[in-house]
Amino acid sequence: MELVREKVASVSASKANSFRSGPDERGRFGIFGGRFVAETLMPLVLDLDKAYTAAKADPAFQAEIDFMQRDYVGRPSPLYLAERLTEYFGGAKVYLKRDELNHTGSHKINNCLGQILLARRMGKTRIIAETGAGQHGVATATVCARFGLPCVIYMGTTDIERQKPNVFRMKLLGAEVVPVTSGTGTLKDAMNEALRDWVTNVENTYYLIGTVAGPHPYPAMVRDFQSIIGEETKTQMMEREGRLPDSLVACIGGGSNAMGLFHPFLDDPSVKIYGVEAAGRGIETGEHCASLKGGAPGVLHGNRTYLLQDDDGQIKDGHSISAGLDYPGIGPEHAWLHETGRAEYVSATDQEALAAFQLCSKLEGIIPALEPAHALAFVTKIAPTLPKDHLMVMNMCGRGDKDVFAVADHLGVTL
Amino acid sequence: MTTRLEKRFAQLKGEGRAAFITFITAGDPDFDTTLSVLKGLPAAGADVIELGMPFTDPMADGPAIQASTQRALRNGARMTKTLELVRLFRESDAETPIVLMGYYNPIYHMGVDIFLAKAIDAGVDGLIVVDLPPEEDDELCEPAIKAGLNFIRLATPTTDDRRLPAVLANTSGFVYYVSINGITGSASPQARNVADAVARIKRHTSLPVAVGFGIRTPEQAAEIARTADGAVVGSAIVDAIAHEIDGNGNVKPGAVERVLGFVRSLADGVHTARAAAAE
Repeated sequence: MELVREKVASVSASKANSFRSGPDERGRFGIFGGRFVAETLMPLVLDLDKAYTAAKADPAFQAEIDFMQRDYVGRPSPLYLAERLTEYFGGAKVYLKRDELNHTGSHKINNCLGQILLARRMGKTRIIAETGAGQHGVATATVCARFGLPCVIYMGTTDIERQKPNVFRMKLLGAEVVPVTSGTGTLKDAMNEALRDWVTNVENTYYLIGTVAGPHPYPAMVRDFQSIIGEETKTQMMEREGRLPDSLVACIGGGSNAMGLFHPFLDDPSVKIYGVEAAGRGIETGEHCASLKGGAPGVLHGNRTYLLQDDDGQIKDGHSISAGLDYPGIGPEHAWLHETGRAEYVSATDQEALAAFQLCSKLEGIIPALEPAHALAFVTKIAPTLPKDHLMVMNMCGRGDKDVFAVADHLGVTL
Repeated sequence: MTTRLEKRFAQLKGEGRAAFITFITAGDPDFDTTLSVLKGLPAAGADVIELGMPFTDPMADGPAIQASTQRALRNGARMTKTLELVRLFRESDAETPIVLMGYYNPIYHMGVDIFLAKAIDAGVDGLIVVDLPPEEDDELCEPAIKAGLNFIRLATPTTDDRRLPAVLANTSGFVYYVSINGITGSASPQARNVADAVARIKRHTSLPVAVGFGIRTPEQAAEIARTADGAVVGSAIVDAIAHEIDGNGNVKPGAVERVLGFVRSLADGVHTARAAAAE
């Protein structure tokens, strides 16, 4: 194990032009990121930055996270060789990073754990969060239950309808779920409403953002808490194959599971990196959530990034079969990785994701969430074209229990 | 160069009264209604006009202004039309300052330089951009000041004495004190807290201090006007406009006159505040 670590360290030897040194002191990755928030929130954002910087440097904080990640979340999550998918594709060797096995069923808990411990350090007594698919809402409600803090979750009414099991889970965990009717009642609107709550309850409230977006330091902080995915993958792949993977694939809504997998590998140039956006009914139809493919740089929710918008700078509502990807923006670090060319961003449609959802269930006995089903849809396209010694890692960032009703509906099955 | 805003506040100071600042959303519920209300505001007692630039995601606004934005966008509002409203207003009014208020993305999308040139050409005097704190001054604030516009910053109860100098550094025209932590149109401020806050800000700046958020009635407006250099009313006027829309989305006959009547009652509150206090 020690040897493996050393080898990993040498492979990642720091370079003059590192992709891992961002953001700068203004919270920017190139031109992306920043702190575009109302003055009422600015002192809070600065406080958070200070508190996070101090916590990061405190070994006791890291020890607390490590303990909880192991005994409460169940980490490390396995790196699993998907033999039957590999055989079916007939090309690349496909590994799944099993973050769907985490407590609460997705990668979201990694970040929630870090932030709730930070909120406690800061003496905050009330937690708010936004949620799309409900996975972040459930993870937030879970850590709030565990640490005895009141929890308010903002969720769009459209998402409440398509993610009923998660709504009930949040309530069981003691959270208050506030329906958001503005806009299309999806993740973007839930985030607006959470920001309105925060600006009103500045004294005691901690806003636990679920993805690598928002004002600095959120994108960097959430990435740091999620990087455990990539760190583990690196170690596990070295143990298993004695070398780094050749490619990484992850789905992208805001992009937190992808950023967590990608970040530890950014300075390993041999590793190809693919982010998969939701193409909805097809990019050409305009009904999609592919901010990089179909959007332009803009400013929303505290950061500059690629956004779906019209020619007047009004934000457009996205569409995706997956509530977790239904967001018109993307984390600013992804926007930067896209512009620098370090990562390649592709997309998968609703139909492709549905097909991959069924394929994985039948061949591997793993029902994926609709979000990673998008990543798998891309793997389905690319893996057959690659040589058999190509090592590919796909982040299985969530399980599909929450989606079975919605998928049955799409497949025309009445439960 | 003295701007219209600076002239207006100097004039009001000479008269010993506070400014009455009105907010409406451009294009709410439609272009023509906004233009009629806009043109009638000075005669109804508005000393300064804030004109909202509609944005799909008004994160700092409460339900009233959110709804007004949606009405405007549904009826075709866009940045070029907002600027056109200002241009048409200026044809008949060369004195009343107009401040555009909104969020950064529509400006950024148009391009900062193009926006500034068009805004100045239309007759805009100042900008309030909610999601641009001093930390992002190089985005728009500095270019706007260089181009000759006032850049009005919000100060809030969370802006403490340590932070206040940074907030005031590039502020011009006036300082907009947000009287509560929260969104527009929510809880009403406590007059005493407001008086203390205005005094605190005035220790750091010689700029006029206007107060807004949560002022809904002539009485509240009067109370604020006793201690501040200006009182801003937004949501209450926007609500008055909303009440003039019938079930089919049409504007009721006589709507503009009734809205301006309400504005006049608020203006009377502000303009007689200090006289009443002196009696």
